[in-house]
Amino acid sequence: MKGRRVTDDAKRSGFSRRSFLRGGAAGALSGGLTTGLLTGEAGAAAADSEATETVGPGPVDVELEVNGATHRLAVEPRVTLLDGLRHRLDVTGPKRVCDRGTCGACTVLEDGRPIYACSRLMIESAGRSITTVEGLGSPDAMHDVQQAFVDNDAQQCGFCTPGFVVATAALLARHPAPSEPEIEAGLGGNFCRCGTYKGIRAVVAGGKGGGVSGG
Amino acid sequence: MRPFGYAAPATVQQAVGLLAAEGSEALAGGTDLLSLLKDDVEPVDRLVALRGVAGLSGIELDGGTLRIGAMTTLQELRDHDGAIAALPALAVAIDGVASPQLREMGTVGGDLLQRPRCWYYRRGFGLLALTADGRSMVTEGDNRYHAIFPAGQARFVNPSSLAPLLVALGAEAVVHGPAGERRLPVEALYQAPQTAEERENTLAPGEILAGVEANVAGSRSAVYEVRQRRSLDWPLMAAAVTLTGSEPRAEKARIVLGHAAPTPHVAAAAGDLLSGQELTSETVAAAADAAVEGAQPMSGNRYKVQLARTAVRRALGHAAGMEI
Repeated sequence: MKGRRVTDDAKRSGFSRRSFLRGGAAGALSGGLTTGLLTGEAGAAAADSEATETVGPGPVDVELEVNGATHRLAVEPRVTLLDGLRHRLDVTGPKRVCDRGTCGACTVLEDGRPIYACSRLMIESAGRSITTVEGLGSPDAMHDVQQAFVDNDAQQCGFCTPGFVVATAALLARHPAPSEPEIEAGLGGNFCRCGTYKGIRAVVAGGKGGGVSGG
Repeated sequence: MRPFGYAAPATVQQAVGLLAAEGSEALAGGTDLLSLLKDDVEPVDRLVALRGVAGLSGIELDGGTLRIGAMTTLQELRDHDGAIAALPALAVAIDGVASPQLREMGTVGGDLLQRPRCWYYRRGFGLLALTADGRSMVTEGDNRYHAIFPAGQARFVNPSSLAPLLVALGAEAVVHGPAGERRLPVEALYQAPQTAEERENTLAPGEILAGVEANVAGSRSAVYEVRQRRSLDWPLMAAAVTLTGSEPRAEKARIVLGHAAPTPHVAAAAGDLLSGQELTSETVAAAADAAVEGAQPMSGNRYKVQLARTAVRRALGHAAGMEI
């Protein structure tokens, strides 16, 4: 198609691209306010030396942190963070259920913020820090929220549980003692088809687990 | 998803250059676009990621002028105490994007330019949802969530949570393109397409929405959404109102309906009716009736006419501090 400038040689990208995908996005984000919001001039001097490169559709080297460990892998741009975590890094806590950002089973933290891993491209998370349910705690050293899910019998089939645990940790980090409306709004992005909401509410009402470690 | 290329420009100029090429699409928060790609609704050769573009993210409150970068996430805006204090209705509109994950990922620009939710469009039948012999799948099919103010062949509704409020406020959109910067009223971002080639927004190839700017001083605004579910869904109907002038009179009233038409629907007659008037239950009810005058509901969405009346009444009540 006209104007298409995609390349297939990105499998072996050079160092410049690799370092860009590691740190470029995060670095530029901080530039907003002081460098001319909406003016279109921000960052121009720094960036005009090199035209923006198009990578993919073949694999592209991406570096990101998952549960405290740095991973470098080659993924196609179309691979979602969820599929990359599950299929490439064997981090299977986040679940693929709706794959459309409407169920919450894939909830992870990106730089401490809850997101749907199904709706983020892995390449977009380059240079960022991802925390999944595995990163919150382990069976031997559970995060307070994980322990509270066990104590309150807050799961049945368990498929939504990893997403709920992460969303609950994020909610409690924001509201250590949430009100009822805050609980409803804070967990409104996660569904449980077994109907374990009563137990999950008990977890949150216990107020345990504010704060997120491992991310 | 089909394979696609990916570019992550650092500047607006680079982004504009990349997006001018056919088959390129801007990627903001991704919550809408990735679904469209997974369902193969929109063909894309290359995504141009805006996440790292300088100058598109941030919030400025400069006297009475509120400036919001298009890549500001909804949560960042919700957490900006100054913006919310200056325009409390923003909190209602943002909270209507009902999941923390979507607010963390979704951006202001992405909310404004998200594609319609019409299920015929989402199934690949196009924005106009016409059969091969030109009949409307919407009028002959399930139209319970569709427009009560259709525009020609366009019968989907504009799904934005922020657009009705920004249009009511008279906010401006800042757009960058190959020819530089242009400013236009937010309502002029939208159009009702009449051919299969047209989109529901007016951005030309290569143009990106950089942000919005609104004067938030000297007016009172409110948003009221009528919802089927409190989480993870769009409202059935929404109304945004902006009243200028000191209480109890409204020197000028702007009333805008969301989820009612292919574009944010400016209920001009209703606003005119209230301008210069004192807000009472009578004048508010008259404005609500005027807001739905000329509505053309279809077989399954007549209920939305009453929802629109109610949304207008309650939004006006909230803006004026009245019990309605």
